[in-house]
Amino acid sequence: MSPLLSLILIPLVTAAFCMAGSAPRRISLFGAGANLLLSLYLLASYNLEIGGFQFVSENALFPAYGLSFSLGADGLSMVLLLLATLVTFAAVWVAPPVEKSPGMFYACLLFISGGAIGAFVSIDLFFFYAFHELALIPTFLLIGIWGSGDRQRIAWKVTIYLAFGSFILLLGLIGLWLAVPEGLRTFDIRLLQQLGSAGLLTPGPVVYLLLLFGFGILIALFPFHTWAPEAYASAPAPAAMLHAGVLKKFGLYGLLRLVVPIFPEEIQQFAHLVLVLLLGNILYVGFVTLAQKRLDLMLGYSSVMHMGYAFLGFVALNQLGLAGLSLMLFAHGLTVAALFALCGEINRRTGTLEFSELGGLAGVTPKLGLLFGFAAMASIGLPGFATFASEIMIFFGAFARGAVGSFNWFQTATALTLWGVVISAVYMLRAYRNIFWGARGSAVKADTGDISSGVRWAVIILLAVLLLTGFRPGLLLDYLNPVFAYLPR
Amino acid sequence: MNPLYLEVSVVVLGIIMLMAEAFSGPGTKRGLAYTGILGLLAILGATFFADPNAMSVTAAYAKFYSADTLAIFLKQFALGTTIIVLVMALEYAPTVEASLPSERRGAGLGEFYTLPVLACAGLMWMASAVDFVMIFVSLELVTITFYILVSYLRRNENSLEAGTKYLVLGALSTGFLVYGITWIYGVTGQFNLAAIAAALPALDQATAPALLFGFGLVLIALGFKIAAAPFQFWVPDVYQGAPTPVTAFLSVASKAAGFIVLLRVLQTFLVVPALQEKIFPLLAVIAGATMIFGNLAAIPQSNLKRLLAYSSIGHAGYLLLGLVSIGAPFAGTAIVFYLSAYLLMTLLAFLVMTIVTPATGGDDLANFNGLNQRAPHLAFALMLAMLSLAGLPLTAGFLGKLFIFECAIEQQHWGLVIIGVITVAAGFYYYLKVIRAMYWQQPADPDAPEIEVSGLAKLTIALLCALIIWIGVYPAPLLSLLP
Repeated sequence: MSPLLSLILIPLVTAAFCMAGSAPRRISLFGAGANLLLSLYLLASYNLEIGGFQFVSENALFPAYGLSFSLGADGLSMVLLLLATLVTFAAVWVAPPVEKSPGMFYACLLFISGGAIGAFVSIDLFFFYAFHELALIPTFLLIGIWGSGDRQRIAWKVTIYLAFGSFILLLGLIGLWLAVPEGLRTFDIRLLQQLGSAGLLTPGPVVYLLLLFGFGILIALFPFHTWAPEAYASAPAPAAMLHAGVLKKFGLYGLLRLVVPIFPEEIQQFAHLVLVLLLGNILYVGFVTLAQKRLDLMLGYSSVMHMGYAFLGFVALNQLGLAGLSLMLFAHGLTVAALFALCGEINRRTGTLEFSELGGLAGVTPKLGLLFGFAAMASIGLPGFATFASEIMIFFGAFARGAVGSFNWFQTATALTLWGVVISAVYMLRAYRNIFWGARGSAVKADTGDISSGVRWAVIILLAVLLLTGFRPGLLLDYLNPVFAYLPR
Repeated sequence: MNPLYLEVSVVVLGIIMLMAEAFSGPGTKRGLAYTGILGLLAILGATFFADPNAMSVTAAYAKFYSADTLAIFLKQFALGTTIIVLVMALEYAPTVEASLPSERRGAGLGEFYTLPVLACAGLMWMASAVDFVMIFVSLELVTITFYILVSYLRRNENSLEAGTKYLVLGALSTGFLVYGITWIYGVTGQFNLAAIAAALPALDQATAPALLFGFGLVLIALGFKIAAAPFQFWVPDVYQGAPTPVTAFLSVASKAAGFIVLLRVLQTFLVVPALQEKIFPLLAVIAGATMIFGNLAAIPQSNLKRLLAYSSIGHAGYLLLGLVSIGAPFAGTAIVFYLSAYLLMTLLAFLVMTIVTPATGGDDLANFNGLNQRAPHLAFALMLAMLSLAGLPLTAGFLGKLFIFECAIEQQHWGLVIIGVITVAAGFYYYLKVIRAMYWQQPADPDAPEIEVSGLAKLTIALLCALIIWIGVYPAPLLSLLP
């Protein structure tokens, strides 16, 4: 069996065991751990000198249509695999005791993980789409059954929103497929990329816009972002970690994998539109984030806001910007995972996430305070964290799109997005102060317990990886840079 | 083997069952149902050996009857549906018995098992019909059987109401059909579809309105059968009132038969470009209206049977979208594939419903609350059916929609595609409502015992689930059966 197939099947089989057997937590920790080790092993055995897609396996399902169950991973997939398995492991680890059918809970988590991994390693268009869609239903169940607040309404909203986005995406993919000259028609993403680079595949602006907005809705591109903050606020912490940290990256992965190689001209043509929308993400949503009074909603909005930087890297369309974007997928995924884990822990310890009821928490829970401080710094993008490395690459990449002397659209937009860094520093530091410093809030008692060891170690691992890749981004960029070698520097 | 024998064997099987029922004493008559299932299974096996070339082309019968690949596949389709409906009927038998007076217990079940077999014979003939007379006769064979089946629970007001409605509207649509055929015959002088197609191009332009009028009447009649808007209004009441296995049979077999006839008639008339220009806009409007009505009206439903009734209207809309895009080379296959996927998921949903309803006391959505706790396997099967109906990837329903939409995009029906996308999203909403009931809500009685499922039903459910996923992931074997 191909190693990539094992990566997909381990979570799915573990999920089946969770539903059937007892001790679901132990089983799923074991499965997620095994998957993490396997992905580390694959990362180490990926041959950087050869590059390209490796560990390829193909099983033709429907030759007349060119449909085949093909798996393969290039540098970008490898990095995302590491992200997915790492966050899955952390999410399973931090999950608090579940009262309502725990087997189902863990099964849903692992199902999301399996779906995301499947999408990251599929080099067949059909399965690329299908695996992502597979993860939609567990999200629905996780929010609807174990969520907080107005969980049922929110679960509906998210599911319908994402299903709608997926269908737009599907139309775009069908359009892409139909644009391939007859006789060459294929679902193979590698071939599509080659056809795109050779200029044989020109689906035109309609298909580009369908794909942009289809993926855009999944990524929470402004103004289609309203599903995300509510969903992350309501979802149980492990579900929010997996969805914001891993599953949402599918949209960006799709942009990098399909749109960048095939639509370079359309990206240029519509660059202004995307620049305006991403400024909406960064500035408008940034200000909305500032106004939040609850930590979970604030983190949700902040995660949406950071997607603006991702789109900046996307329209920059050069090696630096896109490699920065890929690195950001990884860094942002780990950061939000850590933040949502800590947010869930604060909620468990104090019973609230309202800033007005919190305060002075660091006095009673110093370890929680310390880790939250680190995670907040990572989210702002302080040097030393991988988030800094990725954002700076995106900024330079986008800035390089203009001539020296006078500012063009790209440079103006980049300058404006820099203000986003200031905004995120303001809300993150203010949240940190409101929760952990100052006078003790009404929900904070002297006997409020400190962070549990499970969450602590999971977050420490996430932050350690962030720091390691922050000081040595080359560890990951060695995998990522060759993927975009065909583009201008 | 000559394919004619297939229908003959089904009729013989039906008559044997009728005789056996007439001469056997009162009892549960389960043996009769098993006879029917086994007999149909044997005939289903035989279809794979049916050789169209064994039929003499010059025989008089060849003018009415064609056994091409499509027809053979549809015969298999009809047989498979009937077998599963019989399995459902076995599960449903206690409900039928309970509706009878106690001294006649068991006396009324024989026909409940036999009539579907006779309807199956009608469906199989319809699959092969290439002549308006043949189409009419086989359609009536099916419809008249359904008149009896729909009102089978004759002490149940809802069932009687459903039967009456179905009878009145069925008779009306029959009238339209005969009248339409008359007009077409009047213009072309032919009943045979191939002969009509051959005669059309040579016709005088002045006859075009008469021809279109005739075609329009046929379209209305078939619109009733396939539940296309605006001829869909009988569907919810009839579906809800009819016994559940009959509802399943109606929604799958009757709809499939209507579509096949429509496909054949349409292909006849499309040979003339002037007619195409008139027919396609009409079909496009009907397809759009059907998608919108079916899916939007399903949203507020709180009864699962009614919900599935509206959803079946919605699916008729997607199938019509395929018909509108018939210009795409793949469209015919796409429609038949969609019908097959629809068969699997609809029958699965109704089968689970047949089992759950007696245990929970009703078929309202509220009766399915917390089903996950009482019967996790049934809940999973129903979830799979709903997801497939909604069109989630890796299920058969998704590929069906994918193929249809691809044809529509290829034919550049952008307006319909947009409507389709919106209604699919609406579909997600109401199908997920069923999943919500089963998984989110608490059961009315948390201590209720697990629901018992008979071995045959378990086997059928497992088979349907496996097929839905298998075809969703690996469609090649099914597609190889299609023309």
